[in-house]
Amino acid sequence: MTTVTPSLSRPRRLLFPRSDGIWRAIRRHPSGVIGLFGVTFFLLMAFIGPLIVPLPKVNVQVRNQPPSFAHILGTDNQGKDIAAQIVHGSRPVIVVAVLTGVITTAIAITLGSLAAFFGGLFDRVVNSAANFVLTIPYLVAMTVLASFIRLNSPVTQAIILSLWSWPTLMRTVRAQVLSLREREYVEAAVALNLGTPHIIFREILPNMASYIAISMILAMTSAIYAQIALITLGLVPLSDLNWGRMIFLARTTGAIYLSETVWFILAPVMAIALFQWSLVTLARSIEDVFNPRLRSGA
Amino acid sequence: MVDTTLSNAPPNIIEALRVRLERTFKSYLFRSIVQALFTVWLVLTVTFVLIRMMPGNPVDILVDRLVSEQGLTREEALAQAAAMFSVNFNAPIHEQYFQYLGNLLRGDLGISISSTNTPVIEIIARFLPWTLFSVGLGLLISFVLGLLIGMAMAYWRNSIFDVAVSTIASFLSSIPNYLLPIILIYLIGVQWKLLPVARMRGTYDPKLTPGFTPEFIASVMLYAILPVLTYVLSQIGHWALSMKNSTLSVLGEEYVNAAHARGLPQRRILVAYVGRNASLPLFTQLALSIGSVVGGAIIIELFFMYQGIGIRLFEAIGARDYPLMQGIFLMITLSTVLANLLADLLYSQLDPRVRLGESK
Repeated sequence: MTTVTPSLSRPRRLLFPRSDGIWRAIRRHPSGVIGLFGVTFFLLMAFIGPLIVPLPKVNVQVRNQPPSFAHILGTDNQGKDIAAQIVHGSRPVIVVAVLTGVITTAIAITLGSLAAFFGGLFDRVVNSAANFVLTIPYLVAMTVLASFIRLNSPVTQAIILSLWSWPTLMRTVRAQVLSLREREYVEAAVALNLGTPHIIFREILPNMASYIAISMILAMTSAIYAQIALITLGLVPLSDLNWGRMIFLARTTGAIYLSETVWFILAPVMAIALFQWSLVTLARSIEDVFNPRLRSGA
Repeated sequence: MVDTTLSNAPPNIIEALRVRLERTFKSYLFRSIVQALFTVWLVLTVTFVLIRMMPGNPVDILVDRLVSEQGLTREEALAQAAAMFSVNFNAPIHEQYFQYLGNLLRGDLGISISSTNTPVIEIIARFLPWTLFSVGLGLLISFVLGLLIGMAMAYWRNSIFDVAVSTIASFLSSIPNYLLPIILIYLIGVQWKLLPVARMRGTYDPKLTPGFTPEFIASVMLYAILPVLTYVLSQIGHWALSMKNSTLSVLGEEYVNAAHARGLPQRRILVAYVGRNASLPLFTQLALSIGSVVGGAIIIELFFMYQGIGIRLFEAIGARDYPLMQGIFLMITLSTVLANLLADLLYSQLDPRVRLGESK
């Protein structure tokens, strides 16, 4: 009685077609290549950079230097090399961003697909929870939470940030699952009584894989947004060297108002902007390449 | 239809009322409003508990301030602090909560702790308009410009204009909005020296008295330029790209081809056929983004020292000013909930294809 296989009606997986196909597709989207290059560059900088570049040292002889051969991005008000600070300050930012992206996506997919699949009371509870979280302004909630939860560890930071960022993604996952549920191959799987986990994880989610990848990248960008905001405001006390901390220090010492100290504050700002831009560009290209069908205005 | 004239027997009137009431309770608007009220109450309650869980409390902070600033002894400071508040912050939290709810129903938001003896409502009334003014103006400018640019991008798609604007827009929208002030202050204030940024702290020149004089209005505009520019720059890319996508999808519609075939003037097709339909979904988004106005303004106001509600909120958090924090949170929640409600209703009004009550 195993003559009917559900894979007959299942469309091909869209995330991993043949690898040369991916390469050709990416080459057709030059901005995607730039984005990928940018993301790779920042990842290398975060994880290998600190091993090569020495920790910046205080040297009052060379305070507030403009960029030169010895200090490619100049020095700050204590004579520390800014480029070295950028390298050493990248890892905390990127680790929290990746963790938050993963946790947010996990929460959103679990709740979204279950809510769409079961409907009823569970659906309503999840939706009201999402509405509730969306109503409390992100930054405000973070501000309050940051003052009584020790946010120094990247994992705590990521969990707290995720708690506030899952609703938007959950809603879109839910909408996607609702529409995929009506497809024939899912109906077939339901008719075959393959069980909810099988249907969700084997039939529905693979068809949303590229969409999920994009959402994860976008969740990373909003994690960076929130994280840097908290640190820039000075709400995460005693945090290690990172880009947000550099901006905070530069702001509190008034570095924006003087042209000789401006490198101190502009360097982390540009690093954040470039990293965010690489992520967004990469996400857009993945969207173009893999799944124009799933692109919706939602 | 049920007849409700006076000549009818009472049972009929009651029946009519019952039908009317039932219809009201089942109506989409009524349910939305009830849900909105419930959300406001829920957020109010959660923030009430949350802010009291923060370490430190307003009385300690005030006592410390009195001791260090006015040279009082600890006992004197404590006595003075106690005399200043009508609320006892040592009371059990549920007592404080019911007292707060009761006061709130009478329209009393309490008295600020950090700015001594000023009612919270007065502080909000004084600073909120500046935030609404600067953010609202920025939102409006970016929305209108974004719509125009987006339509132009869709018409000349794949031209140099489209590619250049897309690149700039995507770069601008990937810079966190609160970091734009740094770049603006550097370029406009330090590098090009167009504006005296270091002296521009506040919402208008302190030497002027408020009024509808040309100098005052000019000063208000001058002081608002940088915050407004920040909001415009951070939003415009988003509006332009959304409008471009929306326009592209409308351009492929048959009624646009039909309009061309009928020989309608290009201008009329642009405005009445494409522009109106393409901008529909964006109006909902506009209503939604009005809601996030206050929450997003904190850091931007802090960088420019623009005296709006965002700065007050930041200070209130630092001073653990419970009533002020709670009041501002309430404003933020109300504006978010109202904006959501407005977006819901607006969309069904603007687009007859969407029928209310059908959305789950």
